[in-house]
Amino acid sequence: MFGRFTALQDISMTIGRGEFVTLLGPSGSGKTTFLMILSGFEAPTSGRLTLDGREMTGTPPEARGFGMVFQGYALFPHMTVEENIAFPLKVQGRSSADVSKRVRDMVEMVGLGGHGHKRPSGLSGGQQQRVALARALAYEPPVLLLDEPFSALDKNLRGQMQDEMRRIHQETGTTFVFVTHDQEEALALSSRIAIFEKGQLQQIAAPREIYERPSNRFVAEFLGDINILPVASSQIEGRAIRLPDGAGDHLAIRPEYMDLLVSEPASGNALPVELKDLTYLGSETRLALTTKGGVPVVLHMPTAKLPDGLVPGAAVWTSWDAHRGFML
Amino acid sequence: MLRSRLFLLAPLLVFLALAYLVPFLGVMRWSVTLPEPGLGQYKTALTDPLVLSVIWRTVRICALVTVLAVAMAYIITLLWVRGGPVMRLFVELCILIPFWISVLTRAFGWLALLSNRGIINTWGQEIGIFSEPLALVRNEFGVVLGMVHFLIPFAVFPLASAMRSVDERVLLAARGMGASRARIFWQVFVPMTKTGIFGACLLVFVFALGFFVTPAILGGGRSVLVAELIWLRIFQSPDWGLGAAISVIMMVAIGLLLALTMKYAKGTGR
Repeated sequence: MFGRFTALQDISMTIGRGEFVTLLGPSGSGKTTFLMILSGFEAPTSGRLTLDGREMTGTPPEARGFGMVFQGYALFPHMTVEENIAFPLKVQGRSSADVSKRVRDMVEMVGLGGHGHKRPSGLSGGQQQRVALARALAYEPPVLLLDEPFSALDKNLRGQMQDEMRRIHQETGTTFVFVTHDQEEALALSSRIAIFEKGQLQQIAAPREIYERPSNRFVAEFLGDINILPVASSQIEGRAIRLPDGAGDHLAIRPEYMDLLVSEPASGNALPVELKDLTYLGSETRLALTTKGGVPVVLHMPTAKLPDGLVPGAAVWTSWDAHRGFML
Repeated sequence: MLRSRLFLLAPLLVFLALAYLVPFLGVMRWSVTLPEPGLGQYKTALTDPLVLSVIWRTVRICALVTVLAVAMAYIITLLWVRGGPVMRLFVELCILIPFWISVLTRAFGWLALLSNRGIINTWGQEIGIFSEPLALVRNEFGVVLGMVHFLIPFAVFPLASAMRSVDERVLLAARGMGASRARIFWQVFVPMTKTGIFGACLLVFVFALGFFVTPAILGGGRSVLVAELIWLRIFQSPDWGLGAAISVIMMVAIGLLLALTMKYAKGTGR
């Protein structure tokens, strides 16, 4: 059913108990394949998977006891909300009193009180999402795997479900492994983010670290905007620049750490640039600049701090603190 | 828009009116005019023990045929929709080939196989599995066998469309929750295809009610069904009125059945 085949190479990852790890990457990067290997629906050609030191590589999905939330929720259309949540509990052979108590608790936890007797077709997308979560968490799995669970929701609902997801993660203490291609979602939710590209794990780190200290150019460019300036013998386009520590022949700086000035500052790192375009985004304004050497530079400035009378074509300066950038 | 669509449909509607409605109205007229005007033939049809026993046998055999044909078709469809490429091709041929063979040929084929001097009985006796020929045709067994065989392919299509619309991920989800294959099949897959099962049952049952050639040949006149009874009333005994009345009763009964199931299908929203 997973029509595409993505080869994964040399991936090694340790996920701690209670973590919220996001697998992030463009489509076809191998993140879903990796999740499918965790779930047991796909088998790796080589490599091992262990849970608390127990070998899991050959264990079929039905014996792993993991929870899984599929893209599109995969609810049982012929069952009510309560029956959906009860299904995995009945599979485990729990007593009916236990099942109904647990179902009530789960319905309450995901905020679906009063909807228990409805079929999935009578629920909104967000509500179906909650049912899928409740069903996957009902039997208290050690690990919950989520495959792009929010991809079908609109933006407002997404934000709401993200908050909900964080709350549920804290309440249950279950380890969450979450696949998404939405960077904001990954930054907002995760304790660590694993970036995938071309079947390889590019970096795994906490959101802040991965955003501010990406280990390579792909990661730097994949998460948010970044300005990358070529450096030659401690100079950028002939100007002496104080560079941060680190190896590499490019200086990378996030747009929000760069400033716009109308004239050359007396000291510090600065480059003359030409203003190409301004995009008004409300509280922020996005400025598109180019250096004399033609390298594009993007700035995000608070609209309130913007100098007056800026028009495209203006010759301005951009400056930044030396310790803000990093070498790539 | 609607008007132009109706215009496109017009030839079909005219054809249906001429080929079905007009003759049916004629049959209705016979039922209340032959041999004398009145509802006498309906009274006979609904009280005569012979007619009633034939109707009862028809309903009973058709119900049995429906259950058997749909159950077997379900297995075949499962292999077709969810099997590997070789299995798919094989099942496709098995479904298609019967459509190219006339119902008469198939009925006589069963006769050649099952009759007292047919292949099974002669071989069985020669090898010594049984000494007396088995009664395999000219009885209800033969009729049911022939009808099930004929109707299986018709049940496959509604089942296939229902099975194809099952979201694979729902089955994976059930598996991930630890459900056994049997539980997934009975508690998830079968309920998710119930519209197809329902549709297949309806199609096969209504189709079976009108069967004529197969029961006539394999029943050998001993296991008469309604269609054959009507034929006998009209072509063998000059009793057109009774034959017509039974026809009308069958039409109305099937119409009611269809209306009821449509209402039920709408009520459940699926």
